[in-house]
Amino acid sequence: MDFELMINSFPKLLNATVVTLKLLSASLFFGLFIGLLFAVLRMNKNPIINKFAYGYSYIFRGTPLLVQIFIIYYGLGQIEYFRSTVLWVIFKEPYWCAIIAFALNTGAYTSEILRSAFQTIKPGFIEAGKSLGISSRIIFYKIQIPIAIKQSLPAYGNEIILMLKGTSLASTVTLMDLTGVAKYIISTTFRPIEVFIVAGSIYLFMTFLVHNFIKFLERRYNY
Amino acid sequence: MNIFKKTIISVLASLFIIGNVYADKIRIGTEGAYPPWNSKNEAGKLIGFEVELAWSLCRYMEKQCEIVEQDWDGMIPALIMRKFDAIMAGMSITAERQKVISFSQGYADEVASLAVMKGSSLEGMDTPEGINLSLGGSDVNKALKTLTAALAGKTVCVQTATIHQNFLDSGDVGSVNVRTYKTQDEVNLDLTSGRCDAALAAAVAFTDYAEKSGKSVVLVGPTFSGGAFGNGVGVGIRQDDTELLNAFNKAIDKARKNGDISRIATKWFGFDASM
Repeated sequence: MDFELMINSFPKLLNATVVTLKLLSASLFFGLFIGLLFAVLRMNKNPIINKFAYGYSYIFRGTPLLVQIFIIYYGLGQIEYFRSTVLWVIFKEPYWCAIIAFALNTGAYTSEILRSAFQTIKPGFIEAGKSLGISSRIIFYKIQIPIAIKQSLPAYGNEIILMLKGTSLASTVTLMDLTGVAKYIISTTFRPIEVFIVAGSIYLFMTFLVHNFIKFLERRYNY
Repeated sequence: MNIFKKTIISVLASLFIIGNVYADKIRIGTEGAYPPWNSKNEAGKLIGFEVELAWSLCRYMEKQCEIVEQDWDGMIPALIMRKFDAIMAGMSITAERQKVISFSQGYADEVASLAVMKGSSLEGMDTPEGINLSLGGSDVNKALKTLTAALAGKTVCVQTATIHQNFLDSGDVGSVNVRTYKTQDEVNLDLTSGRCDAALAAAVAFTDYAEKSGKSVVLVGPTFSGGAFGNGVGVGIRQDDTELLNAFNKAIDKARKNGDISRIATKWFGFDASM
């Protein structure tokens, strides 16, 4: 065990953790909106809208994240017509490709989490709102969404942790996130065990923080 | 003795037996993704210069061999952890690698080069045909200066943990944006997609790709050798395994004398890359 290497690589890996956290927060931010939108679409009575939303979540939950990121990064880049469109400005950057892949993936899972949360809301809550003459828009924002968020917290906490680990795939599209920098250090020192132990510990610590934050929220909103 | 214990004992016993069988065989690790050095055919079989050379060397050593596939970025760690006994994967002999593993004498040498897509602004650089970084001199310095100016702010793509990455990281051509990839295939893909302004690898890796894919990839600037690019390609072996090192050195001597290395190199590279 080369402890000196472990200590020396720690600051470099910590720097790379910033990239990991940026990827994670951007993906979760966009993913939450996508998830909310598709959860609502899933509950729509129109069969076309409903099936479309179902298809999206089926595809993104049914294929590996690595395959999704490869298709978005390498796949789209091979299409000459695609490279001539305005979209190429975004898709040229590995950073955006990673965020798009992650957001679409976590969005699919989030939509399922939120949908099941919406469906467990007891009809009594909504009826109580209606009996007070509150419009259904306000009922959605003030009653359904808060209850759904509370219901989905434990499952969503898991999703954040899965996504945190999923960001390690960003290194496959040249991004220097925590895993990318760990691999870079290994490529010059040829000592994978030491470096991966440090990188793994940083991941574990972040998971610990997320886990406790979610627990804190659960306690706080437990009414 | 119950069935559970019996099963455990027989499994352990079989592990020991398998271990002994493998001890006689030399296991050679290669990447299978760096044509023409080593690659795979459509059937998934390992082919290429080093695969054929490995069989030839094994005949001279009068040993049984097995060729094992290993991702490039884990090649040296896998050797150290005894997943195989020797590396033949287009791995150049460099001082950095010699800190952790031994190398046999070189069996082939091949220059590195930058490549761009046809029509790139980097075409037509005013540099000598080839520079040897070990020799130095005003020609080399002038060429490096030209390259530094041309590559400023450009994105240059390389495979990770290669001599090509080391060269770009060394600062000899200023501070370019270096992007690293797991395989050379991925470097080629991003060079064609335009995400990379240029790529750096063995010159044959690009000419081979251009020929097979039909993409207009062209070599630019000087060819590189010496310095960070090492002293030829040799067999990587664990430092404590001197017996195997000697065996490989002797086998390479014999193969060179009989013209085997030249013959196999010419077959795969189209020119004699042996040394």
